[in-house]
Amino acid sequence: MEIINNLYLGFSVALSPYTLMLAIIGCFIGTIVGALPGLGPSNGVAILIPITFTMGLDATASLVLLTAVYYGAMYGGRISSILLNIPGDEPAMMTTLDGYPMAKNGRAGDALVISGFASFVGALLATLALAIVAPSLARVAYVFGPAEYFALYLLAFCTLGGVASKNQAKAALASCVGLGIAMIGVDHTTGMTRYTGGNLHLMDGIDFLVAIVGLFAVSEVFFFIESHGKNSSLGVTLGKVTIPWSDIFHTRWTMLRSSIVGFIAGVLPGAGASLGSFLTYMMEKSIAGNREEFGTGVAKGVAAPEAGNNAAAGGALVPMLTLGVPGSGTTAVLLAVLMTLNITPGPTLFADRPDVVWGLIASLIIANFVLLFMNVPMVKVFVRILQVPPAMLLPGVTMVSFVGIYSLSGSYFDLLLMTLFGVLGYIFRKLDIPTVPVILGILLGANMENNLRRAMVLSDGDWTFLFSSGIAISLWVAAVLGFVAPFFFRRIMKKPKIAENA
Amino acid sequence: MKLSDRLFGLIVAIGALAYAAGALEIQTSFMSDPVGSKTFPLIIAAVTLICGVVMMIKPDDDPEWPVASTFGALLICTIVLIAYAYMLKPGGFLLPTALASGILSYQISGKIKQSVITGLSLSVGLFTLFKFVLGLSLFGLPRWLMG
Repeated sequence: MEIINNLYLGFSVALSPYTLMLAIIGCFIGTIVGALPGLGPSNGVAILIPITFTMGLDATASLVLLTAVYYGAMYGGRISSILLNIPGDEPAMMTTLDGYPMAKNGRAGDALVISGFASFVGALLATLALAIVAPSLARVAYVFGPAEYFALYLLAFCTLGGVASKNQAKAALASCVGLGIAMIGVDHTTGMTRYTGGNLHLMDGIDFLVAIVGLFAVSEVFFFIESHGKNSSLGVTLGKVTIPWSDIFHTRWTMLRSSIVGFIAGVLPGAGASLGSFLTYMMEKSIAGNREEFGTGVAKGVAAPEAGNNAAAGGALVPMLTLGVPGSGTTAVLLAVLMTLNITPGPTLFADRPDVVWGLIASLIIANFVLLFMNVPMVKVFVRILQVPPAMLLPGVTMVSFVGIYSLSGSYFDLLLMTLFGVLGYIFRKLDIPTVPVILGILLGANMENNLRRAMVLSDGDWTFLFSSGIAISLWVAAVLGFVAPFFFRRIMKKPKIAENA
Repeated sequence: MKLSDRLFGLIVAIGALAYAAGALEIQTSFMSDPVGSKTFPLIIAAVTLICGVVMMIKPDDDPEWPVASTFGALLICTIVLIAYAYMLKPGGFLLPTALASGILSYQISGKIKQSVITGLSLSVGLFTLFKFVLGLSLFGLPRWLMG
């Protein structure tokens, strides 16, 4: 069995005491970040990237740390959903629907344990599925040429704009802004500068980390100033936490079904964890006999979205690792990690750096067990952290972001740019323009253009080359469908209204 | 009124035209390929232009913009962050951080005492964390003070 050998290799990398310690620290920080309202996996990972690099960790160690933060934040997101009725991050939105009513009924502890266990089931199954699916997809990816890659990038932008947003024009605009920013700097084919305006700081282009931290973390401060940190006091009390075995046993099929659906939603480019939790909640609601009880605090309504979004988080790693195309905002941030570490995701990653891939997968499995332990018996610790007032927390987050970016380049110019991205992020989010496509555009822009140009060099300028293979044509069709289909489905798939300040 | 989207769409459209104009100015060199360095930026500009026009024609409802005083607070916050960006190197870590986080904290909560405590404790706490635990190279005080 090839997979057993691979996992053995992975565990031999991941089980060293040092890496294990990093995984535990990552899980802890991640759960805190996820639990804090407004800060989700993307922000958490984004803020920590620069600091990880200045600490001088090697590739495997930083990957382990940051993916542990990623999974931790996915787990932690449910804590504020259940206790505050504010999703800690977007995928945890569906958990508020039944989690908060359940907490109000005096079952806050039960809701936390059930959702924690559902997260564990979803994430563990998805990680195992990742270990099985990814290598075979990586083999398919070998036949991808420049034309196919160009179509694939287009597909990622189209589905991200189509499925994940309410307004196609705004999502497409966000992608274009990102792609436009990616053009700044030296054009590597001709060696000429583009859009630098003679500014030497812009010669190397704009670092995507600066954009990510600005758009995700700094803009959050503006939102908190606008709301004056209201809506973040604990609405319910948490008594003694016991394990509701009967509820967990009762929801076993829900967790299993939701993990499968969530994983598939995660693998689709652009869909990601939010769609995973949305689909699974809706699925359970339509399967269940007692449909009206959903929304009043039933165990299934808590278990389904949490299993779904954690499974999707694992699934989203599949296209990111095998093709280099992230399926969600957070995997876009993880792609940024890989690119900064000089690791090129894609089929060659599996052949050239098996230690990285399998070490990552093994550490994800370990992280899951650590997280189960942290999120069930130790959940009270994290609840206490939620009581830190935002007036102390948010300035702290901002300062950490500034120091992180500053320690990367030591230049005030990046800090200015980051502030600018923060303002831009605030305006975009006010106008309901998604910010994830901007990040994706900055990350993939150069690759997308290079693949287009390489394809044209191969075909000597014949544009029909872009549609010359079966894979390319199906990717183009999928891209167009992914962008257009939501026009028709939007009326059916109306997102339920969530509390203000979500 | 759906002014926000119309206005933003207009800005986007003008920006797209400027971007396209910028693309035409890009210098070409003797080493080139069939696509060249102008085509991709021009495609981006075209798509952006379409998006801007669509936003003008089919705007969404206005978001809830904050009141004037909140805008003031946001502006102050932006200025503080910009000043912080310039001050971090010459001013050392401790002083600018205490000031910036104190002001940010005051803008969120409006409580003076809490903000002072936040500023001071964040400044000292983060410095300890970064300098001694994580080992980043930071200067606590302005360099001219350290000699």
